[in-house]
Amino acid sequence: MELTTVWFALVAALFVGYFVLEGFDFGVGILLPVLGRDDKQRRVLINTIGPVWDGNEVWIITAGGAMFAAFPEWYATLFSGFYLPLLLILVALILRGVAFEYRGKRPDPHWKARWDTAIFFGSLLPAVLWGIAVANIARGVPLDANHEYTGGLLDLLNPYALLGGLTTLALFVTHGAVFLALKTTGDIRARANALAGRVGVAAAALAAAFLTWTAPAGLALLCAVAAVAALVGALIANRRGREGWAFLGTATGIALAVATLFAGLYPDVLPSTVDPAHGLTVDNAAATPYTLRILTWVAAFFAPLVLLYQGWTYWVFRRRLDISHIPD
Amino acid sequence: MDALDVARWQFGVTTVYHFLFVPLTIGLSTLVAVLQTVWLRTGDERYLRLTKFYGKLFLINFAMGIVTGIVQEFQFGMNWSDYSRFVGDIFGAPLAIEALLAFFLESTFLGLWIFGWDRLPKRVHLACIWIAAIGSTVSAYFILAANSWMQNPVGYRVDPETGRAELTDFMAVLTNKVTLITFPHTIAGAFLVAGALMTAVGLWHLMRHRTEEFRPAVKLGAWVTLIAAATVAVTGDTQGKIMTEVQPMKMAAAEALYQTEQPAAFSVLTVGTLDGSREIFALKIPYLLSWLGTGDPNGTVHGIDDLQAQYTAQYGPGDYSPVIPVTYWTFRLMIGLGMAGALIALIALWAQRRGRIPTNRWLLRSTLALPVLPLLANISGWIFTEMGRQPWLVFGEMLTRDGVSRSVSLTEVLTSFTAFTLLYAALAAVEVKLLLRYARAGLPDVAPVSSDEEDRPLAFAY
Repeated sequence: MELTTVWFALVAALFVGYFVLEGFDFGVGILLPVLGRDDKQRRVLINTIGPVWDGNEVWIITAGGAMFAAFPEWYATLFSGFYLPLLLILVALILRGVAFEYRGKRPDPHWKARWDTAIFFGSLLPAVLWGIAVANIARGVPLDANHEYTGGLLDLLNPYALLGGLTTLALFVTHGAVFLALKTTGDIRARANALAGRVGVAAAALAAAFLTWTAPAGLALLCAVAAVAALVGALIANRRGREGWAFLGTATGIALAVATLFAGLYPDVLPSTVDPAHGLTVDNAAATPYTLRILTWVAAFFAPLVLLYQGWTYWVFRRRLDISHIPD
Repeated sequence: MDALDVARWQFGVTTVYHFLFVPLTIGLSTLVAVLQTVWLRTGDERYLRLTKFYGKLFLINFAMGIVTGIVQEFQFGMNWSDYSRFVGDIFGAPLAIEALLAFFLESTFLGLWIFGWDRLPKRVHLACIWIAAIGSTVSAYFILAANSWMQNPVGYRVDPETGRAELTDFMAVLTNKVTLITFPHTIAGAFLVAGALMTAVGLWHLMRHRTEEFRPAVKLGAWVTLIAAATVAVTGDTQGKIMTEVQPMKMAAAEALYQTEQPAAFSVLTVGTLDGSREIFALKIPYLLSWLGTGDPNGTVHGIDDLQAQYTAQYGPGDYSPVIPVTYWTFRLMIGLGMAGALIALIALWAQRRGRIPTNRWLLRSTLALPVLPLLANISGWIFTEMGRQPWLVFGEMLTRDGVSRSVSLTEVLTSFTAFTLLYAALAAVEVKLLLRYARAGLPDVAPVSSDEEDRPLAFAY
């Protein structure tokens, strides 16, 4: 297999990892004011992702770095083209990250309330905007002959991309609710389970509509069908109170939905809606074979290690949480 | 004002802001790991309390370090897309490797350390903070390799067809002589800041509240500061020689040296116009610049005017000198502030010798300045390094003005510049207040860590 294909798959895998892992982080953040009725409950919610959110976030940083290294043209065009949405995402991620760490540093309820707001919007904005961004990558954007983005902000807010944003939002909220049902006990667990059942139906419907509009074929079609099936399976498992299976279902659903977009995209990385010849492909956007070879060795060595120790973290903090576990 | 100016200001502001937190993260993670190691080996509970105390300060700082770092990863593509296209084949690799090797390690194991006090066996828990500390040091190496490539590009060729720089020798990039000297210099600078902070906070508690438990922290911090200062000086000297060789314009600009001199004198302080037209007062040490730059007291140091003429002949017409007042003063501030910090640490170490508790009012007041001085020295050093490279983005290959994103409008850059500056300013105020609050609060009580029962509260929760 060509190394450019390998790296396309690796970048796609990093996005899949990011959406699966940060998906429930965003969901938990969005559900903070919904499922957290008092300070203790909100702390239970935040602490379900406490030890892992930072490691989850590194997936997107690595995805950005991998794009820069393996497909510099893709990185340059994408990030200068999607300028304002990316700015909003960055501001949101800054506020959210600081909020997790600073929220409990003062006992003042106003202080906590302000950081809770930051966690909510800091999770909501990226949950929608990443969907919009990825949908635009799949659909293509106006590029000129130099592969420069020529559209404005409104070009990014087309109906297909907005549906994509809504889909990721619904998926992440469901994923977060299922994760909370898996990681807590008592009152929060019951309410998270009920909420996952309700939002999950909308998420599965939105995902089906969005993926249909994407019009996948071949491998992508297979991914799309399996994605929707996994989401439906998650809903059934959730109804039966099988939380582990439900979480596996939403995780698989999200992973396959992202895989659908990337599989449908290949061999393009950023198609042009103006002229197909202006688009970026794995060939014209890639780094040199020498660079790709070095990167491949490094990734082959260290990526499995990362999976291993991140998996171990989840094992260490596998215990369910309840308000009785929250220290004063 | 055009998009290029704003993009430069934005990169400057966001990078300087990021680097306010980076040295503390690198230095303090290791020092906290040392404290925890001592606790585990001696069983002395003082060290556990110190670990938790400084660990808290470290984490308040670390949160800001992370979030400001995310911006940097994307800013190349957002504001400097033509640069990213030109260098992506080379510059992207260390960035991607940094994320895969170091960021994952740092973030995952720090999460384990923060929440794992009662979840992990003591030795495994200690290993977590060491791994996180190693992770942040490794990340510094890769990002410095990327930056050093811009200062002194090696291991590449420019493809005549695409006009892009292509990697030809990755080992050459990793062993760039600028990288090899910038890395120890930067790490030593980081320990200078962290050691100074540890000393200052400990000394303040020792003097104000006579809290004897802080004495080991004062000693450790002060020794680290002094050793770091010596390392900074030695590596800085070597770095100066390499800089004179690979970027002679930067060395000339550091000294505002207009005419080539042999031997060249080191300007300690020059009052006058820095364009070289008029000198009112100058304090100079003869031979020193020649020795610093070349290792030979009679060595030749090229002046700005001659280099300008040489570059014009080589690269065509243009202005090839950086903003001289900035390079001249940041070079002096870097050295002066850093050494002032080390001097205070030395006085602190002397004043608390043999169980004494110092009472000098000036020493107490200086605890406020002690961590700030080396921090500003770090910042000055980076401003000197980066602005001394101007007008080049990649020395000899790409001018800064050619690297900016063409598809990004002035309004867009202004929006992001304003957003980041305001957000960062607000967060800086919050962070400083929190740091002061927790630094003043003193040592925390430590509850004994019990065995693993289901319904006991967590040892730590957000």
